[in-house]
Amino acid sequence: MTIATSRRAFLLGSGALVVSFSLGAEAQEGEVQAGTSAPQPTFTAIDNDRLDSWIRVDANSHITVFTGKAELGQGIRTALTQVAAEELEVAPGEIELITADTGRTPNEGFTAGSMSMPNSGTSIRKAAAQMRRLLVEAAAQTLAVAPESLTLQGKQIRSGDRALSYGEVAAALNLEVPLAGDPALKAPDTLTVIGRDVPRLDIPGKVTGAPAYIQDMRLPGMLHARVVRPPGYGATLTQVDTSAIEALPGVVGVVREGNFLAVIAEREFQAVTAMRELARRARWSAGTELPEQAEIHNVLRGLESEVGTVAEEGDANPSGDKVFEARFTRPYQMHGSIGPSCGIARLEPDGTLIVWSHTQGVYPDRAAIAEMLGMEPGRVRVIHVEGSGCYGHNGADDAAADAALIASRLPPGRPVRVQWMREQENAWEPFGPAMSITVRGAVTNGRISDFTFDLWSNIHTTRPGGAGALLAARQKSGPATPNTPRLQISPSGNGDRNANPLYTIPNKRILWHFIPDMPLRVSAMRALGAYANVFALESAIDELALLAQADPVAFRLAHLEDERARAVVQMAAERFGWETATRGPGRGKGFAFARYKNLAAYLAVAVEVEVERETGRTRLVRAVAAIDSGQAVSPNGIRNQTEGGILQAASWTLYEAVTFDRREITSVDWSSYPILRFASVPETVEVHVIDRPGEPFLGTGEAAQGPVAGAIGNAVRDAIGLRLTDLPFSRQRVLAALTAG
Amino acid sequence: MTVKLKVNGAVHEVDADPATPLLYVLREDLELNAAKYGCGLGQCGSCMVLVDGEATLSCVVPILALGEREITTLEGLGTVEDPAPIQSAFIELQAAQCGYCIPGMMMSAQALLQRNASPSDQEIRDALRTNLCRCGTHMRILAAIRRASEMMSAGAPSNRRAG
Repeated sequence: MTIATSRRAFLLGSGALVVSFSLGAEAQEGEVQAGTSAPQPTFTAIDNDRLDSWIRVDANSHITVFTGKAELGQGIRTALTQVAAEELEVAPGEIELITADTGRTPNEGFTAGSMSMPNSGTSIRKAAAQMRRLLVEAAAQTLAVAPESLTLQGKQIRSGDRALSYGEVAAALNLEVPLAGDPALKAPDTLTVIGRDVPRLDIPGKVTGAPAYIQDMRLPGMLHARVVRPPGYGATLTQVDTSAIEALPGVVGVVREGNFLAVIAEREFQAVTAMRELARRARWSAGTELPEQAEIHNVLRGLESEVGTVAEEGDANPSGDKVFEARFTRPYQMHGSIGPSCGIARLEPDGTLIVWSHTQGVYPDRAAIAEMLGMEPGRVRVIHVEGSGCYGHNGADDAAADAALIASRLPPGRPVRVQWMREQENAWEPFGPAMSITVRGAVTNGRISDFTFDLWSNIHTTRPGGAGALLAARQKSGPATPNTPRLQISPSGNGDRNANPLYTIPNKRILWHFIPDMPLRVSAMRALGAYANVFALESAIDELALLAQADPVAFRLAHLEDERARAVVQMAAERFGWETATRGPGRGKGFAFARYKNLAAYLAVAVEVEVERETGRTRLVRAVAAIDSGQAVSPNGIRNQTEGGILQAASWTLYEAVTFDRREITSVDWSSYPILRFASVPETVEVHVIDRPGEPFLGTGEAAQGPVAGAIGNAVRDAIGLRLTDLPFSRQRVLAALTAG
Repeated sequence: MTVKLKVNGAVHEVDADPATPLLYVLREDLELNAAKYGCGLGQCGSCMVLVDGEATLSCVVPILALGEREITTLEGLGTVEDPAPIQSAFIELQAAQCGYCIPGMMMSAQALLQRNASPSDQEIRDALRTNLCRCGTHMRILAAIRRASEMMSAGAPSNRRAG
């Protein structure tokens, strides 16, 4: 890299920022466009309602499909390709799939909520069916035959021995047309690609060292930056001497703007070294005091601002001699991606900005970044590049904002890559919210007669939205403020997700005690409130079954009317051998069920656990799950996601809690935030997929989280005779429960 | 200063501070992608490579400590066109979700299989004790390593040097 000899100070934008750095010769050629009044170039806007926004066939029969969803490691790239290939009668390998990019793809919001197949899968399938119909109709006209007489194979439309290529037909057609409402889809019994196990397209590259992640991107002239974050929430930068940092080898400059502090270097490890030195010299105010961790659930209950009714039927008044009541808690837990967040950004010579990010929402992230920088959204392009698996809203958007802020202060043409350190990811990502739940239920004549469920929770979604969702925007001078969270009761739920039991209960009342304040930063983590709610609910159902002297599986079936719910319960029980399973010493079996969001995938799981009485160590020994996520596009993909959900939920349930003292997050590495290790991995995990041809796609990714927690809790109850109500079931906790008896 | 490193059979001269961890040199100077940054603390195994056949955490080993030793990364085992048994096995069993941790898993497994082509399940788990996966792909990772063991024991399908 060319390193310039000059060092000069820049004063850009609103003037609050001073960046001093040495410049490469090529970087000095571009002038920053700030303050010009000429019409400003923007990126092309994509219209969601046009066919060519979703699918294009060029004159060479090359097929490109566009999705607004992002590959997060869940395998969506392969499943979406299968859907398009099916309706176009081509092999999946013939499809080029472009994923989330505000410059190229439709706006599909966030890749979240297990909605990629229901949303994008459905849209792409319809668009592909429309494309097929248009091609077939045009070919029929050209060949002067009836459309029904044509066959499609090898990207050709055939009538007897005459054939037209897709490209030939497409070239003569106007395909820049509105999306059709409801094109005819292929009949379920004619499907050849949907429902088949197509190998994941990304795995060969990933196991041979191909560049696969944003962390692997290398752009010409790319600089490396590291951010120095405050020691805790709300701490302000009171003093920092940057002159010695600027003299370090390879250091290009220090960015200090308000409480945002970063260092830019030519080489990555130079940036790391300089970051450490810069952190050592920075002086911060004390910041916001955090609650006492041991008291967090009482503190949170005290912060309740209003109560929303999630569901109410009859007059719930659990009373009589068969009543169960308990308080359940879930701690703050982290996404903990194995690859810490990374963002890359480059200011273009025309003043536009390109940001590469593993965000779950390129369009919302674009809006937030544009707001942070005072730019028109159309002048910012956010391109999704895969990162390490995210499981929700982690540091991805923040790292993108860090890179965008730094790049916007650099000369055009100079890309900058910001890689978060492990301790930054663990301390600053938005955590899955702590929750507490009080359940009361009564059994009358062998059935659940009354049930109340009171949950205390923050909102689980503080995604961009506004710039206030981004750390950099909050920390820079002229800071953005986060949106005020509002209680909202919706069908799919948020903190209240799955709080309302799917079981038939005549008298029930489900309330969300809303907590607007966030002592710790929180946002969406796989399954949102469903993880803790299903844990509490399914624990309570088992206790009520005990009161009714009923088998837990039979008791659930007695309260379930939905045939698809019953089918997963029956299959999981049968494949596990529920009725015949014997209990070894220290071992127990447990069962749980939920329909995710009460409107998506059905999942039931039976587990066996082992509890070491001497140490409290609790281990998942085996798990058998049955899942119905509607029409199964990639059965092996569904199994892979569900196996992963089972093991991740087991890790949350057995080991995980964010720790903090009165000033800062203290679970900043893998020894202070332990997760599942190979020594404790189960002996077997089985996932059985119930395919529902012709039914809508229901999504898969989050269905296992709550049921697994419930089943493990129930199995521990079965093993040691004690109901554990506080997550996680750490050794200390289990041992304490055993000791207390 | 210039440091010589022997990586995947070739000697490379890199201009870097000798205190630089090997991981940064592999990724930035040699443009090798497989070894990943995960924690920089030697806790997660994403950066695993082989040094003289031993599974080694490249994020905590400075390049000055390496001298003439032979460094092997996942790229040195095989390619998409000609994969090593461990790579074929992970593809065959679809043993990845996001895949970020997988190269590190494969290198830990490779080190094991080179000294013990038919490990027990417990030996496989022990070999992976420093490797973390967050997607929950563990069952498939174990199965893929068992499959690679079968392939390597059978001497097929690859005739390549084992790492």
